[in-house]
Amino acid sequence: MYSVNYHRAASVSDAAKLLKNGDAKLLSGGMTLIPAMKTRLAAPSDLVDVSRLKDLQGVKVSGKTVTIGAVTTHYDASTDEKLKKACPALAHMASLIGDPAVRYKGTIGGSIANNDPAADYPAALLALDATIVTNKREIAADKFFKGLFETALKEGEIITAVSFTAPAKAAYQKFRNPASRYAIVGVFVAKGKDGVRAAVTGAGEDGVFRSKEIEAALAKNFDVAALGGLKVSAKGLMSDIHASADYRANLIAVMAKRAVAAANA
Amino acid sequence: MSDVSLTVNGRRVSGNAEDRTLLVHFLREHLGLTGTHVGCDTSQCGACVVHVDGRAVKSCSMLAVQASGSTIVTIEGLADGAELHPVQAAFKEHHGLQCGFCTPGMIMTATDMIARHPQGLDEATVRAELDGNICRCTGYHNIVKAILAASETMAKGAKGRAKQAA
Repeated sequence: MYSVNYHRAASVSDAAKLLKNGDAKLLSGGMTLIPAMKTRLAAPSDLVDVSRLKDLQGVKVSGKTVTIGAVTTHYDASTDEKLKKACPALAHMASLIGDPAVRYKGTIGGSIANNDPAADYPAALLALDATIVTNKREIAADKFFKGLFETALKEGEIITAVSFTAPAKAAYQKFRNPASRYAIVGVFVAKGKDGVRAAVTGAGEDGVFRSKEIEAALAKNFDVAALGGLKVSAKGLMSDIHASADYRANLIAVMAKRAVAAANA
Repeated sequence: MSDVSLTVNGRRVSGNAEDRTLLVHFLREHLGLTGTHVGCDTSQCGACVVHVDGRAVKSCSMLAVQASGSTIVTIEGLADGAELHPVQAAFKEHHGLQCGFCTPGMIMTATDMIARHPQGLDEATVRAELDGNICRCTGYHNIVKAILAASETMAKGAKGRAKQAA
């Protein structure tokens, strides 16, 4: 790892100030950033640690509105009783990220700011039509995820929370790479008051995306039977040593069926 | 450089370290606690697992300065004098190791796992929870056996203590 200067932010505004140092980066759980720095894939001059900011921790549920603080760990999200009640699918999804040690450190804000094309949270937030709250504005998930490791975040912008309306039904299913445990394909389906949304991670060449095919099939009938004839196009899907685009297209249909079955169970 | 102050295995320690120093290197090289191992260095193998503020995390994926102010327990802090911790005793009894390199991480993960499952563990749960710990010698058979046995011993111990208290 190259040399770096560590700062522990006292507040969000303090973090915003500290971010003006050289080529500074925000540090939350560090489960991607620290390994990337160790391999010198990332070399920030300064790190601004926001993980201990109490204002950014924890889950709040008010009526149907769920708000998750940006530095809430995957472990805390997966075990939060309020979240398990309001949106069990998201708590379950958080319990599937990485391994137990990673879930104790990794955070929702870090995951979505990084926008790894195989990360789980981007699919969930896209399907839940979530809003990403920053220190400057609110961004709809549809506008937030821009491509591989790309988001709508601007220089110096800090995610403070994520909020969404609890869906009537939802579920997440993923097919893991047996070695890395990352999603080769993950599908999150959600049935809300404005209809059905389905988002796919692990498969797209441009990262997470909504599947119009799945959404159209489920629009009238949110049932596995509605996905019987589902054909997912391999266009725009990744092909790599783990799986071809065709294989991923097939997996999307399989995971979508499993997710709908789980959501209706 | 930053000052790093920690409570490690009940002892308050402080030192000065470069900000890029990983927690595992601080423990091993500054404090001489070499029981915590560096296996893969890519956050996959879990040989470096220690407890930071009661949570089992990978000390190779965290800076020492990030942990400053925290309470840390390493493998050296588990035994009570000459008396092994129940998880250590179970690994010995069930031969849950071969070369022993992964063992410190396995045991720190296991103690955390058992604490999170006071209702008890089954084999499938233990195997799933060992997702982040890799053993390259034996396969996992005896490790799983040891964790299940320790979980039972500790549940009985907890019941015993509750009775005494009552």
